Amino acid sequence: MQEINKERKPLIVAFCCNWCSYAGADLAGSSRLSYPANVKIIRVPCSCRVNPLFILKAFQRGADGVILCGCHPGDCHYTTGNYYTRRRMSLLFSMLDYLGIERERTRVEWVSAAEGAKFSNVMNDFAKTINELGENKRLEDLRCKD
Amino acid sequence: MQRLENAVLSKAKELLESGKVSRVLGWTKGEFCYDVSPCVFNTVDELKNFVYNGFCGANLSKYLINESKKEGKIAVFLKPCDTYSYNQLVKEHRIKVENVYAVGVECQGKFDIEKFYAKGVGFVASVEEGLTEVKVNGETVLNRNDVKLERCLVCNKKHVAGEEIVELNEKLPSDSDRFEMVKKLEAMTADERFAFWKKELSKCIRCNACRNVCPACNCTKCVFDNPNSEVSAKANATSFEEQMFHIIRAFHVAGRCTDCGECSRVCPQNIPLHLLNRKFISDIDKLYGEYQAGEDTTSKGPLTSFTKEDAEPSDAVGGNK
Repeated sequence: MQEINKERKPLIVAFCCNWCSYAGADLAGSSRLSYPANVKIIRVPCSCRVNPLFILKAFQRGADGVILCGCHPGDCHYTTGNYYTRRRMSLLFSMLDYLGIERERTRVEWVSAAEGAKFSNVMNDFAKTINELGENKRLEDLRCKD
Repeated sequence: MQRLENAVLSKAKELLESGKVSRVLGWTKGEFCYDVSPCVFNTVDELKNFVYNGFCGANLSKYLINESKKEGKIAVFLKPCDTYSYNQLVKEHRIKVENVYAVGVECQGKFDIEKFYAKGVGFVASVEEGLTEVKVNGETVLNRNDVKLERCLVCNKKHVAGEEIVELNEKLPSDSDRFEMVKKLEAMTADERFAFWKKELSKCIRCNACRNVCPACNCTKCVFDNPNSEVSAKANATSFEEQMFHIIRAFHVAGRCTDCGECSRVCPQNIPLHLLNRKFISDIDKLYGEYQAGEDTTSKGPLTSFTKEDAEPSDAVGGNK
């Protein structure tokens, strides 16, 4: 048993908005579409709720990739939340890139409640990217490592 | 330059004597000629310590957040770059404008004391300022541009606030590109950039001076002071800690940063912190149109507005669509 557990699987944190992407994940589940088990979903009221600090702290706590999913622009439950998300994340990701942190580790995707298949595809694709990148070394916090 | 200092001082005296204001916010002499610090003057008598010279780099606008809430009117002297911060604070309703009498003062670029040392001057006892040259300790003559703060070398700011302006038209325009270093960094590979920032940010001692001095960074409750946030640690333990602090610090003022350069001026470790802020400014300019925070007191900031056609985060790296 120990041998199996030794192989480290990359950890992926997915922030999903309550109204679209979280329901999209639900639909993926009820449609029996699979996505990697190392994707950990955190439900947020709106993609706009995600503060840059959330993303950085996810990396601190051992995430190797962070993906933020929200309603398609124009479909936000709160009308305009995801438009602000889009601007913020554009700047944040560009800043991470500027500091030399692999930009593939962060992603924003718009997934509606009807797009179970898209949710599964996005997660599989993202997990593949993170697998190739391997462990997050540039934004790690040694105090949080085993 | 002495002429300008006298003009500013007489303005301060006039305002206090006439009773137009009850206090004056300016700069006061320190023990040495270069340790000038911000100060509130209550009486004409106290003004004997008032100075306005090349070491008055401090941006006074942030002090108005508290000072303008006190009783009586306060006069404040604002350099061109400070007027942008002042406008930004007015826009955010952080200053009680009716209690402030803003006076714009001309600026020929402020000094960086480290650059005097780098030029081989061991101790700066006195500086005679000229428009293009400065005479240190009565003997060494240096080019003014060689001892200016980095932010002053690329400055082309004008007065955008102030009821009156003290100006003698003794300044030189600048034609340098403030984004030069940002572009240079963007052109590097990710590994080189990581190495550059690791070298710079690992010097950080988390003294929080950059946060405390920044006029845009003015929340009464700061995330970095919240003991439950787990980010309030004052010591850097890992590269995460320092990157996190500086990304978040710069992000919290993105779209509101006027590029006054105070963060880099006060950094005891000489980290080029303005490069992080300028990266955000350059990205905002490229993605959402040119925007100068603090140019006016009414326009919407780039992060508090949007268009339906904004670039997607996946395409927006480096500010390129």
